[in-house]
Amino acid sequence: MIHSLFLINAAGDIFLEKHWKSVVSRSVCDYFFEAQERASEAENVPPVIPTPHHYLLSVYRHKIFFVAVIQSEVPPLFVIEFLHRVVDTFQDYFGICSEVMIKDNVVVVYEVLEEMLDNGFPLATESNILKELIKPPTILRTVVNTITGSTNVGDQLPTGQLSVVPWRRTGVKYTNNEAYFDVIEEIDAIIDKSGSTITAEIQGVIDACVKLTGMPDLTLSFMNPRLLDDVSFHPCVRFKRWESERILSFIPPDGNFRLLSYHVSAQNLVAIPVYVKHNISFRDGSSLGRFEITVGPKQTMGKTIEGVMVSSQMPKGVLNMSLTPSQGTHVFDPVTKLLSWDVGKINPQKLPSLKGTMSLQGGASKPDENPTINLQFKIQQLAISGLKVNRLDMYGEKYKPFKGIKYMTKAGKFQVRT
Amino acid sequence: MTDSKYFTTTKKGEIFELKAELNSDKKEKKKEAVKKVIASMTVGKDVSALFPDVVNCMQTDNLELKKLVYLYLMNYAKSQPDMAIMAVNTFVKDCEDPNPLIRALAVRTMGCIRVDKITEYLCEPLRKCLKDEDPYVRKTAAVCVAKLHDINAQLVEDQGFLDTLKDLISDSNPMVVANAVAALSEIAESHPSSNLLDLNPQSINKLLTALNECTEWGQIFILDCLANYMPKDDREAQSICERVTPRLSHANSAVVLSAVKVLMKFMEMLSKDLDYYGTLLKKLAPPLVTLLSAEPELQYVALRNINLIVQKRPEILKHEMKVFFVKYNDPIYVKLEKLDIMIRLASQANIAQVLAELKEYATEVDVDFVRKAVRAIGRCAIKVEQSAERCVSTLLDLIQTKVNYVVQEAIVVIKDIFRKYPNKYESVIATLCENLDSLDEPEARAAMIWIVGEYAERIDNADELLESFLEGFHDESTQVQLQLLTAIVKLFLKKPTETQELVQQVLSLATQDSDNPDLRDRGYIYWRLLSTDPVAAKEVVLAEKPLISEETDLIEPTLLDELICYIGTLASVYHKPPSAFVEGSRGVVHKNLPPRTGSSESAESPDAAPSGVQAPEPPAVIPTQGDLLGDLLNLDLGPPVSGPAMAASSVQMGAVDLLGGGLDSLVGRGSMGGGGGSFAPAPSAAAPASLGAPMGSGLGDLFDLTGGVGALSGSYVAPKTVWLPAMKAKGLEISGTFSRQVGSISMDLVLTNKALQVMSDFAIQFNRNSFGLAPAAPLQVHAPLAPNQSVEISLPLNTVGSVMKMDPLNNLQVAVKNNIDVFYFSTLYPLHILFVEDGKMERQMFLATWKDIPNENEAQFQIKDCSLSADAVSSKLQGSNIFTIAKRNVEGQDMLYQSLKLTNGIWVLAELRIQPSNPSFTLSLKCRAPEVAPYVFQAYETVLKN
Repeated sequence: MIHSLFLINAAGDIFLEKHWKSVVSRSVCDYFFEAQERASEAENVPPVIPTPHHYLLSVYRHKIFFVAVIQSEVPPLFVIEFLHRVVDTFQDYFGICSEVMIKDNVVVVYEVLEEMLDNGFPLATESNILKELIKPPTILRTVVNTITGSTNVGDQLPTGQLSVVPWRRTGVKYTNNEAYFDVIEEIDAIIDKSGSTITAEIQGVIDACVKLTGMPDLTLSFMNPRLLDDVSFHPCVRFKRWESERILSFIPPDGNFRLLSYHVSAQNLVAIPVYVKHNISFRDGSSLGRFEITVGPKQTMGKTIEGVMVSSQMPKGVLNMSLTPSQGTHVFDPVTKLLSWDVGKINPQKLPSLKGTMSLQGGASKPDENPTINLQFKIQQLAISGLKVNRLDMYGEKYKPFKGIKYMTKAGKFQVRT
Repeated sequence: MTDSKYFTTTKKGEIFELKAELNSDKKEKKKEAVKKVIASMTVGKDVSALFPDVVNCMQTDNLELKKLVYLYLMNYAKSQPDMAIMAVNTFVKDCEDPNPLIRALAVRTMGCIRVDKITEYLCEPLRKCLKDEDPYVRKTAAVCVAKLHDINAQLVEDQGFLDTLKDLISDSNPMVVANAVAALSEIAESHPSSNLLDLNPQSINKLLTALNECTEWGQIFILDCLANYMPKDDREAQSICERVTPRLSHANSAVVLSAVKVLMKFMEMLSKDLDYYGTLLKKLAPPLVTLLSAEPELQYVALRNINLIVQKRPEILKHEMKVFFVKYNDPIYVKLEKLDIMIRLASQANIAQVLAELKEYATEVDVDFVRKAVRAIGRCAIKVEQSAERCVSTLLDLIQTKVNYVVQEAIVVIKDIFRKYPNKYESVIATLCENLDSLDEPEARAAMIWIVGEYAERIDNADELLESFLEGFHDESTQVQLQLLTAIVKLFLKKPTETQELVQQVLSLATQDSDNPDLRDRGYIYWRLLSTDPVAAKEVVLAEKPLISEETDLIEPTLLDELICYIGTLASVYHKPPSAFVEGSRGVVHKNLPPRTGSSESAESPDAAPSGVQAPEPPAVIPTQGDLLGDLLNLDLGPPVSGPAMAASSVQMGAVDLLGGGLDSLVGRGSMGGGGGSFAPAPSAAAPASLGAPMGSGLGDLFDLTGGVGALSGSYVAPKTVWLPAMKAKGLEISGTFSRQVGSISMDLVLTNKALQVMSDFAIQFNRNSFGLAPAAPLQVHAPLAPNQSVEISLPLNTVGSVMKMDPLNNLQVAVKNNIDVFYFSTLYPLHILFVEDGKMERQMFLATWKDIPNENEAQFQIKDCSLSADAVSSKLQGSNIFTIAKRNVEGQDMLYQSLKLTNGIWVLAELRIQPSNPSFTLSLKCRAPEVAPYVFQAYETVLKN
């Protein structure tokens, strides 16, 4: 199981280590540093690195490498999932997960890590339970603790930990009972030169924020559940009920959680909400190139596209760009060759465009590779797959909760080849 | 008020300051001090000097302080074992605490203190905690057993904790069950032989129930444990699969992959006709696709596993090609894996899309990725024949880009395409030649040289091209040198008139100026070949090469099956069995897929590779190509041990031809396959040498048992038996026997064509054998053999071939070639075919020799159930060249003294005792080479009983 954990920052300093079995010397990280050096970018460091006596499994998030050391045959996904869970927990505890934040709260971090793993076996990873064991630091609590001498370590066994619903504690009380669900869809697509779709798929999630008193039992039904043929549920969802009736039935955890994630595959037809018209040309022998892109709405069901960001990694041969946008602002970094254009909203009457010239390295032949355009956007009040919630019911409690459903579509990895 | 303040004190007196604070009376100050100590510890500072002071803080009812001290203890107890004893009392007391949280904390921490002396005190509290009323304490205690086992395994066994742990598998609380399973699995890993996780249908049922209720991590442990179970039939397998399938929808990818492992393994037991089988296949695809939308690290592990799954069951993901398309900002390790899977999934249906993508990738920035993409195009061409033309034109387009590494990579793959589709795309050679100068990588240069040599007759200036390479011969890498040597020899054989000088130049460069033994040896081989017999050289060097196979980097099926059992583990990431890399895996348990059982068994073997990717293994022996090559070297270069053999073998064109096939593919592989091993092994290379023996002896039995009609003139001839069954030789059936008539040995063969096509171009060759048996003439099959036709041939043999001791002694390994393939088999020959006509020894000589041979060389045998008289025996044996020298009658018994001589000049002396009343004869044999005795005895028996 998991032996040790090292946190390493971008500069290559180990700023925290935690051992769950015997102490593993930090020199083991040298192998990691070697791999880090070989990789051109931090993202490219391989997640599994063998060393003579150990294996290093790492994840890279928030500019921090979380490196787990294992010694025996352990499912690597288990370790990587756990590392991601650690990061999520830190984020949950401290708002953001950064080196400064972790250093500021090192004792809490240490206590939390100790609760999460025992002898390398996961012990408590549900944030509800962890928060009962180790209370997250708040300014108020710190002040109170200093005055009264009380601690931020819970001295009672968390109630949920061993019940049939380990994700929920008992005795939850709210004055305003509310349950909000966000249906968020990310669309991943590769569009080719001519504008036709090579592959497109939708990654959807339903994130919930449930603040309900007692032990509510919820059911959520959809207008078109057939869309959901590839789903992953939060453990609270009763799988049998879904299999037979296509209804989500569950006792929710308290607070924020991800109820389900789903995947609408490339085989179904996926609506593409935007198009990009582009004309990027280099000519042999000339030191100037032309650059022109226009972004417009395609299948948006009448909704507005907002938060549009266009970015593109230009070829090395491009020295500078002189461009004029019809709206928004643009930046070209001549060192990293990254062009980004913050477009904002798309007005269908007046399509945003970015035009101009590129100055190329003199004498060199024209670049071999064409830049790929990366697109970011958001559409409120629309789930691009067409998924719609039918109704939400609550059983087991008497009060009437506030309910709300929100839809949103975002670009995931949306790429246009030129 | 953050913890960063704990880092600020870096003054010299820090430790002293902390010491003072730790011993402060004020609780708050103490706690702050311990926090500072912990903070220093997390960044790797050594604060072990404070051990006694920190331990003093342990006696407290403040839980946070207690936890902090425990954290410290776990880190440093090992370095201060004597001090750690001080903490024991507190632990023991805490294990009795009314608060389960504190009981659990105590037992958990105690287990983490890896000090032998403390473990003794741990046993009693642990025993109590394992039976604690609170499940939280029990589940913590279960893990503690694993910790303790790690420190002192003997103690755990002696104290009976393992049994208690096994009992916990039946605990009412699913979390306790999961932890017990996890602990047992970990212990079992270090003791592969112990049968700790004794799974039976009852315990499986309990695990399946717990599976639904425990935490995600517990589910992983339980699923991994389930995967080791072997269901008793297909129905049990199906019912387990049904209960595991819901796990595929879990949000935790590790749970999903562990579930996939269980399903992939148990699916093996289900019949393919079952509806459920199809349903299961369909259910497996979506979760695998979903794994690819997770974080890149998870994707990577998932892709490595999908790579295995796609090889085992390509049907699962055959429609999901698009999810493996590469996004330009995927991390490189994800890109490379996706590319690999794309090629595996490529088929005629999707090849157009795949090629378009690959072409796109070939213009990306990342060099490694671009190279792999170009290589992938070549692999597509080899895999999907219909696409070959399009692939070649895509590659030509890429060559036009003149991007150096793209061109080089393209040339390497085009060489492979030539090997797969010879004489089809040679029109592109001109384009390739244009880029000759830009090649600077050895692999690309070697590939180009191979192409020039192979197609020398179509390239007008081939000699100039090769000559240009020759200028810097000594600066080239070995790979290029070897290839250049072969290419120039090829060129010479094709255009001998203009290139004599060139070939001499390269041969002298290779043999005289080089210090590389491989190069020198190959140079000498060519030289000798060319100088002794240019015709033979042509046969050898220009022999037709076997086509390379479709998929070149498939995992070998038995390894694949083993790896399928390790889905989701490190083994699946490395594509190696754990025994190959996991440290401390004492003793290795090889997992394997369960065989299919149950009613509806199909004829197909469960281990069969998907859709015939593996060529059927050749039936028999010829040990290795190395040996064949050794033979050749002996014949041509070695000191002439057997003078006549050399002449004989170079006359035998058929034989040399056979060797040539083997040799050339060997040579080809040695030189071209350096990067990536893209060539298929020649069929013979895969034959395990060990197969020969059991098969041979089986045939021997047949010989012994099948008494039939034998010709009595001359020596005894056994009836023909099948040596090479048709199913092992692509329709060619060979049966035969050996005979000796008037001083000449012959091998009587019947070749039967049971295939649908005409067979021709037969040739035969023997491997070295104990008595130097070799064909005295080529195999003469005058007309091509039509389907369902047989031909009888008598092949004359001599005994001047080269000699190698075989086991059994009379084992003969034979290679037969026809226009279809080369086949190998082995057979046993009866020794009496080797008994020569002048085997009668002088009487005096006999007596002297009999005395001279030491008694330990004497061997006695019983010949049972033989009712012949002494005279009949004598005359019968004489027919097979066993000569009676004297006959005596002693006390009613007939004693026959006999001698015989083997072709290699070994004399065997025999004394045969015949009692008139007793059908059993006693045979005593004396010989200077006692190992022949049993075979002589066999010959006696064969002759006498027929």
